[in-house]
Amino acid sequence: MSLPIIEMRAISKRFGALLANDNVSLSVAPGEILGLLGENGAGKTTLMNILFGVYISDGGSILIDGKPAQIHNSADALNHGIGMVHQHFHLAPRLTVIENLLVGTPGKNGQLDIAGAKAKLKNIERDFGLKLNPDTLVASLAVGEQQRLEIIKALFRDARLLILDEPTAVLAPPDVDGLFAALRAIAAKGLGIIFISHKLNEVRALTTRCVVLRHGRLAGEVPKPAAASARQIAELMCGHEIVPPSRPPANPGKPVLQLENISTSAHAGAGLKNVTLEVHAGEILGIAGVSGNGQKALADVISGLLNPKAGTLKINGQTVSDISPRQVQAMGLGRIPEDRLAAGLVSNMSLAHSIALPRIGQAPFSRQGLLQSGAIAEFAKDQIKEYGIQCQGPDVRTGTLSGGNLQKALLARELAFHPKVLIVSQPTRGLDVGATHFVYEKFLSLRASGCGLMVISEDLEELLTLSDRIAVLYEGEIVGLVKSENATVSRLGLLMNGAREQAA
Amino acid sequence: MIRLEARSSTPTWFNLALPVAAVFVTLVLCSGLIVLAGASVFSSYAIMATAAFGDLYSATETLVRAAPMIFTGLAVAVAFRAKFWNIGAEGQLLAGAVASCMVGGIAMPGALGMSAMAIAGAIAGGVAALVPALLRVKLKVDDVVSSLLLNSVIFFALMALIEGPWKDSLSGYPISPPIQDSAIFPVFIAGTRLHLGVLAALLMAPLIWFVISRTVLGFSIRVTGENPEAARYSGINIDRVLVLTALLSGGLAGLAGVCQVGGVHYQVMAEISPGYGYSGIVIAMLARLNPLGVVPAAIFLGAVMTGADAMSRATGVPAFLSEVIQGTALLSMLAALLFMNYRLRFQGRAA
Amino acid sequence: MNAVFEQIFQVGFLAAIIRIATPLAFATLGEMISERSGVLNLGIEGIMLLSAMTGFTAAYYSGNLWVGVIVAAATGALMAAVHAVFTVGLGLSQHVCGIGITLFCTGLAYFLFRLLFQDSSNPPTVTSFQSLAIPFLSSIPIIGQAVFNQFTLTYIAMIGVPVIAFALYRTPWGLNLRMAGENPHAADSAGVSVKAVRFQAVVLGGAFMGVAGAFLTMAQFNTFTFGVISGRGWIAIALVVFGRWDPLRCAGAALLFAFIDAFQLRLQTAGVGHVPYQVFLALPFVFTIIAMAVMSRNASAPPALLKAFRKEER
Repeated sequence: MSLPIIEMRAISKRFGALLANDNVSLSVAPGEILGLLGENGAGKTTLMNILFGVYISDGGSILIDGKPAQIHNSADALNHGIGMVHQHFHLAPRLTVIENLLVGTPGKNGQLDIAGAKAKLKNIERDFGLKLNPDTLVASLAVGEQQRLEIIKALFRDARLLILDEPTAVLAPPDVDGLFAALRAIAAKGLGIIFISHKLNEVRALTTRCVVLRHGRLAGEVPKPAAASARQIAELMCGHEIVPPSRPPANPGKPVLQLENISTSAHAGAGLKNVTLEVHAGEILGIAGVSGNGQKALADVISGLLNPKAGTLKINGQTVSDISPRQVQAMGLGRIPEDRLAAGLVSNMSLAHSIALPRIGQAPFSRQGLLQSGAIAEFAKDQIKEYGIQCQGPDVRTGTLSGGNLQKALLARELAFHPKVLIVSQPTRGLDVGATHFVYEKFLSLRASGCGLMVISEDLEELLTLSDRIAVLYEGEIVGLVKSENATVSRLGLLMNGAREQAA
Repeated sequence: MIRLEARSSTPTWFNLALPVAAVFVTLVLCSGLIVLAGASVFSSYAIMATAAFGDLYSATETLVRAAPMIFTGLAVAVAFRAKFWNIGAEGQLLAGAVASCMVGGIAMPGALGMSAMAIAGAIAGGVAALVPALLRVKLKVDDVVSSLLLNSVIFFALMALIEGPWKDSLSGYPISPPIQDSAIFPVFIAGTRLHLGVLAALLMAPLIWFVISRTVLGFSIRVTGENPEAARYSGINIDRVLVLTALLSGGLAGLAGVCQVGGVHYQVMAEISPGYGYSGIVIAMLARLNPLGVVPAAIFLGAVMTGADAMSRATGVPAFLSEVIQGTALLSMLAALLFMNYRLRFQGRAA
Repeated sequence: MNAVFEQIFQVGFLAAIIRIATPLAFATLGEMISERSGVLNLGIEGIMLLSAMTGFTAAYYSGNLWVGVIVAAATGALMAAVHAVFTVGLGLSQHVCGIGITLFCTGLAYFLFRLLFQDSSNPPTVTSFQSLAIPFLSSIPIIGQAVFNQFTLTYIAMIGVPVIAFALYRTPWGLNLRMAGENPHAADSAGVSVKAVRFQAVVLGGAFMGVAGAFLTMAQFNTFTFGVISGRGWIAIALVVFGRWDPLRCAGAALLFAFIDAFQLRLQTAGVGHVPYQVFLALPFVFTIIAMAVMSRNASAPPALLKAFRKEER
């Protein structure tokens, strides 16, 4: 076996009371694609941030080509041939491709070496088949191209080890195939790759070996991921048996949410084009699509934040005359936003105030414009108890809660008012398996009680688990509506890339 | 290596300790200037303290100085709560002073005249603050710069008035006609200048505290400042909240002008405010944007100003020391705020 | 009215525009460099005032105007460094810190000036910079006479604009600086120290602001007065918006503003009708507010402006 490109030995890292990495060791050989698996909070990101110099480990050592290396910042990491592709792209949209590549490089005679960089870009295209126009503004690149730029950036800095953090989260299935082909080509040239993911099928398809982290420790290694079952790996990740939630047959009632020919202007991605959809009582409608294809516009129209240019919105059979957050809420709509701390709760206020926020102007939270602190605290206490929100009490600063507890708080604040229809975006993003399970159970019990749900998610597995029907958004249009028993990842993947189908 | 580490909770006593520490650090830093001026630090500060609080008259003078700054401090605190960066309290104060002086010049029964002055001053200040607020809401113009520039515009407008059509014909100086004698604010203690405006300022602080912490409007102001996205999502019209905040903030700053016209100068001149609007920013920050904290912070600055004048006469140290103290106090307090959310951790580098 | 305009548009008027534009150009470029890296410096007004004072004082005692310019630049850099420690190092509010710097510098300038020159009835003066005619070029009618018969500092500003544009767009230093203002995380992951880049930008910008102050007390005027800056710093901040954070456009914005200012000065002396002179004084401020309102619709501020960069966000 050849000398590993990189070896991490007995790495430990502590944040206050939390031991994020405890005596973790791993190595990557040339040509190897190592899968790094683990639930959220298992310590994957911390470990990789130590390798890339963002954090400095409290204990342990890093060897590069068998020699001990000190990595104190990203410049050290780059100098040692370590490149990282972050989940959230680290690009400047207003600069060109070549400018993004040249950041942090020394110039030639004090000037930017643009000619040299373009030549190098050609070499990368030749060696790895990765192509981009150097003078394009990054803002005009598609998501897949931006990711390609991130990979090229690492290769441009002569990386020999590439770390990819959840790279497929933003891609449609066909683009994932393209990414995998590129990564295999890179590995074939003798570079090492660390592939972080929680999508087990992808890990099984791509990696040559994988290691699993749990609670900051190495939980095990899977020497041949392709030969292992997804269930085996998943149980290694969470440390116990997994019982998938059961979804009894749907019993749909009358429509509780109706969109009729709704069109909007562009809104954080594509606007809606003539969208017609119905959610019935007692059913879960999933919305699939690559991010940026109109999901935000759909969620914001229904949440009352975006006024459509044309079309009608009906809640519980009644037309919403004045589309505003107050109005849709008053008509029986519950909303759980995608970004829990940015749009939902207020991190610098007490949990009680965060929970009362959408209804603060109404009794019992306020009377004659005066806040009723007693009622606000009482309500929060009830919800904390009912949903098992782990916190010090209603007065705790909202920002100190974990992701799972924040999601519970959001669920509590909407469900306490018995919505007729609930719209949720990315309901389990960033949650661990336990919290995800809690959310699924809650959704299914809501469905059983006759509430209609619309679940917008980029996670196809999640949609297949929860939904009765799945609609696919592509460039703001509904390009397909399938019953979930007829849906497969590959069929949805085609639709997500724009293939059209007749409605089911 | 020293590292900042986020705190999960802040001890309550920090609320009081931080401003006190900031003031202490400020006085220590500024003592260097006193030494530079060749005076004794302790006796200089002692002269300042005596001049500010040494006897009843001095104490009332400090309060009279503090009163307009309580209003401007509240104005800034309210605005900053909503992250409406109103740096225009100075101009709003001037607008309030002009409007109240014009109204105060009309013959009316005393109580009516004083009320009319207050209302006119508050409206004028509010309208002045509305300009940067509307520019931000409608045209996305940065409120810091527009409110700052507006200070100069309002100042020139005031000068044009008192050098032109509104000049007191009986005076050789650029100065407005005085208000009616009946509109002059009553004084509580004979022989002092402790006027009605001081009482109004002291009562306004708890009132504004109540509005901010106990009403739906105050809640909306806080949410809009903390997280506009969540506010919008929850159905709060953040543009409307910003406009209301501007009216409230500008109205308070306008009342500072009323306070100066009705209680101190009885007319308008170029020097009606020695930068009380800017001092409001220092005060609001020292108070950590808490309306109740504005009162002690304003009294502190009032004492510094009164004291600096006396110290200058006694020791020759320029009275501008009070301006330096204000700037230093703002910076010290800003640094101190870091300790609200972070603690220092001393640690060795990892091996 | 025609006579008035004839009186206005002549060599002297063009020369005045360039003279008035010089300190604004220095200040605007300084602020632009700082903002391009992601740091708003509202301390500019106070930094200009304090630098004008220290520069003037240094020139007064040393008898050498260039010593004054250097001291002013150093003062500006030092005060900007304080701003950088607070906003870049500690990640504190750029708004509040900038206001604090302005209050502090203003107080300090007044205090020190009063301490050094106690007799205010007889203000100290220096022999200010004399204009330097460039041979040949200055004899080109009208344009040459106006543009090439200026102070050396004005020539430095003229050369400075393309030099800064080159540094910003064509050198690694400039690219790293721009990236720090566009996406600091991207700069960081490319091995660039965001804090170091921003610190440099803020300090360099402060030095420019200092020179702007020095120009006012040593070239445009020959003495220091408390009102010498009178809002020019605030206007520079607006001009950066108007100049869309681009060196050439910023210089253009300074020239346009100087045109308005020179125009109102001429109107004042020409005495148009019965308009109070304060209306003319307020004109540049009103113009600036309007300009910001017009420009900000398609504002192109650096995305990371006002955002502190903390690496270990945990």
